[in-house]
Amino acid sequence: MKTLKLSRSLIILAVILILIPFFMSNDFYYEIVIVALFNSMIVIGLNLLMGYAGQISLAHGAFAGLGGYISAVLVGHFGLPPLVSIGSALVFMALFAYIISKPILKLSGHYLAMATLGIGVIITIILNSEEELTGGADGMSVESLTLFGFELSESWQWYLLAALLLLFILWLIENLIDSPLGRILRSIHDSEKASSSVGVDVSHYKSIVFVISVVIATLAGSLYAFFSGFISPQEASFNHSIELVVMVVLGGMGRLYGAVVGAFILTALPQLLTSFEEYQTLIYGSIIILVMIFMPKGVISLFDRFDMGSHHAKS
Amino acid sequence: MLKAEYLTKRFGGVTAVDDFSFRVKKGTIHAIIGPNGAGKTTLVNMITGVYSCDEGTVWLDGADITNTATDQLVYRGVCRTFQHLEVCGNMTALENILLGFDRYMTKNLMQVCFRSKRVREDEARYTQRALHLLDLIGIASHAHTKVKNLSYGILKKLEIIRALATSPELILLDEPVAGLNPKETAEVAALIRTLTKDEVTIILIEHDMRMVMELSDYITVMNFGKKLAEGTPKEIRDNPEVIKAYLGSGSF
Amino acid sequence: MTELFAFLLSGITVGFVYALVGMGFTVIYNSSGIINFAQGEFVMAGGMSMVFILAAGVPLVPAFALAILLTALLGILLWKLTDLSKDSSQVSLIILTLGFAIFLRGLAEVVFDKELHTIPSFVGDGSLELYGAILSYQSLLIIAVSILIVIVLWLFFKKTTLGKAMIAASDNVEAAKLMGINIKRILMLNFAISASIAAIGGVLLTPITSTNYEVGIMLGLKGFAAAIIGGLSNPFGAVLGGLILGIMEVLVAGYLSSEYKDAVAFVIMLAILFFRPGGIFSNLKAQRV
Repeated sequence: MKTLKLSRSLIILAVILILIPFFMSNDFYYEIVIVALFNSMIVIGLNLLMGYAGQISLAHGAFAGLGGYISAVLVGHFGLPPLVSIGSALVFMALFAYIISKPILKLSGHYLAMATLGIGVIITIILNSEEELTGGADGMSVESLTLFGFELSESWQWYLLAALLLLFILWLIENLIDSPLGRILRSIHDSEKASSSVGVDVSHYKSIVFVISVVIATLAGSLYAFFSGFISPQEASFNHSIELVVMVVLGGMGRLYGAVVGAFILTALPQLLTSFEEYQTLIYGSIIILVMIFMPKGVISLFDRFDMGSHHAKS
Repeated sequence: MLKAEYLTKRFGGVTAVDDFSFRVKKGTIHAIIGPNGAGKTTLVNMITGVYSCDEGTVWLDGADITNTATDQLVYRGVCRTFQHLEVCGNMTALENILLGFDRYMTKNLMQVCFRSKRVREDEARYTQRALHLLDLIGIASHAHTKVKNLSYGILKKLEIIRALATSPELILLDEPVAGLNPKETAEVAALIRTLTKDEVTIILIEHDMRMVMELSDYITVMNFGKKLAEGTPKEIRDNPEVIKAYLGSGSF
Repeated sequence: MTELFAFLLSGITVGFVYALVGMGFTVIYNSSGIINFAQGEFVMAGGMSMVFILAAGVPLVPAFALAILLTALLGILLWKLTDLSKDSSQVSLIILTLGFAIFLRGLAEVVFDKELHTIPSFVGDGSLELYGAILSYQSLLIIAVSILIVIVLWLFFKKTTLGKAMIAASDNVEAAKLMGINIKRILMLNFAISASIAAIGGVLLTPITSTNYEVGIMLGLKGFAAAIIGGLSNPFGAVLGGLILGIMEVLVAGYLSSEYKDAVAFVIMLAILFFRPGGIFSNLKAQRV
């Protein structure tokens, strides 16, 4: 058995990602796709948390935004090299996530949702208020990313980075889901009593998933900050957190590739709606309502007939 | 092997378990019986760390395990099944059993994400053993069926072999035949008997008197949270106090 | 001392509005287990409708009734949507109500506009002086009406047959159904009541703080905080929760930092969730290991 196990879905996605650049007629399209790629990463982590471990989080926008700000501040105010800054942000957010996971994950259902909401809002308020450090509500600019002396300035370079990273993360998470660890996570979702009766330290694993999801969000948030050259508290807003949750559900909770689908759809949607101007919010809200009523299992459930062999918590 | 002393648990104004003490000998099947509401499941929950003990101590082979968390107890060789079936419905039968073996498989994040050799070996080895266990209860052919699609009777047996997968020294079976028909009950009884061949100690909570009388080496009777009587099946059967407590319920 | 008192009065006033939002929230939660993220939007709908209905020339009292009625209808619409949903899992319903909130915001943008609006006080511009602190008549109205609503609701749930039926339904759905209680209609009524309470709060608050299409977001979130502080299982706990919240907010803004004012609600909420999830009134449950 080879170490390199590539699922059908992963290969299909890789092919799609290779083909996309041929349809990119200008930078603007590239931008949307790249943002969608970053969102996909966050949503994969969030999906792991919500769909597999059954924990809801209304704060992932805040975590991604906070991660981005940490990287930006370390580079901008303290002059650290980008990779070091991102690395530091990852370490910090991992610790932060681990510490808050302990009290938070004791809660369940709505209480957990509320707690994450509270944390997310507090983060947003702090980012808005600490103007000296963060530039306040106006945000701050971020230098471009230099990796090993090479500056990423072209759209296609960012696209390459984002696409490769996404595929890599997907591969890692697929392996995780198929492993004893993945099994344990799913068992926690189904029956905490059953899993603890066979030796699973439920609280420990809930924390691990939480930390993983936050770390991925931090990475994506940081890269996004470098990519767009600018970061504002909007990135960490409650609205963004909701968007991410909707992406998870839209794509299909517990469906790994659904996360990617959901992220792409919801990232592209506002662009498609701009022609509707003031009706944008109205239509956006209506779409969410309609999807929740008629397609609660997510868009990817439509593909189930084709049996893509995609990875999913069998729900 | 197991010694419990002065166990007491109160819920508000109700004392569910009252100054309860008993001893279980290694390798035996020790039944705890009593009318509904006697406090049996509460007792199991106290021993397995689901409820905290207000008073009292539990010893396992001389070590104090009072108030140890359920998952920690598994590493000490103690496992339990549930009265109201606790299985992972959305996972297959095979996966539910593999869950029991997970304690032996690597869960190291790096190894798992990169699918190291260790991970693949673990998976192969334990899948074999899990299939063997499934075969024990005759559902090897249903290995990849989602558990929520399997019958209640099968699932009751599944819980028991899942417990077996953790290589326990002591298993607490909480009403393993509740809701089963006579044929299924006999199958579970046979399954329990084979467990003792491996030197596994069993604490059996049950209502089905016939099975309890046939299987147990020793019986402790509980009523209103207190110990009512103790003895061999014959002694218990002839005990007037026990008969009185059971008047109108169960069958001897 | 005067300053402190002024803060207290201000805190109590806004606290009652939080209380109203929070109460509507617990009423829905208790009867259906649904977390209604659109609750804040009902406040906004009430306020905004009032502004535009008044602007259309309708006199005060009918305008008030109309604004409340419209919002109540929106509440019933939401109920209908949750009823239609094929998947009633917690997450789905949370997102459904979130979607509805976004929908209402979008609707307000289109039907009304994005501007800030205000209306004159309902009881004139006068004010009361208490220990050197000023309490405007409008604030007094808010406090009075809020207390009135709390009393009315309390009487409704405790004394009337319909109210008692609603409590019964939330305690045990099956038993209630067996007794012939129409669950759907009760749920619908609950949503209507919640929306109405929120709308009343929104209308009363507008003369003091103005309103616009976005005002519902923060109000809704803080209303939840109030409900959680008071305990989700007790609709009247939200009243205490709201008051605590309102007072703490104003005190922090006055004496510490005005930038972090909004954070107060969530810090308190988190503290409660971590240490006393059942709310301030709850007893610690039977300990688990």
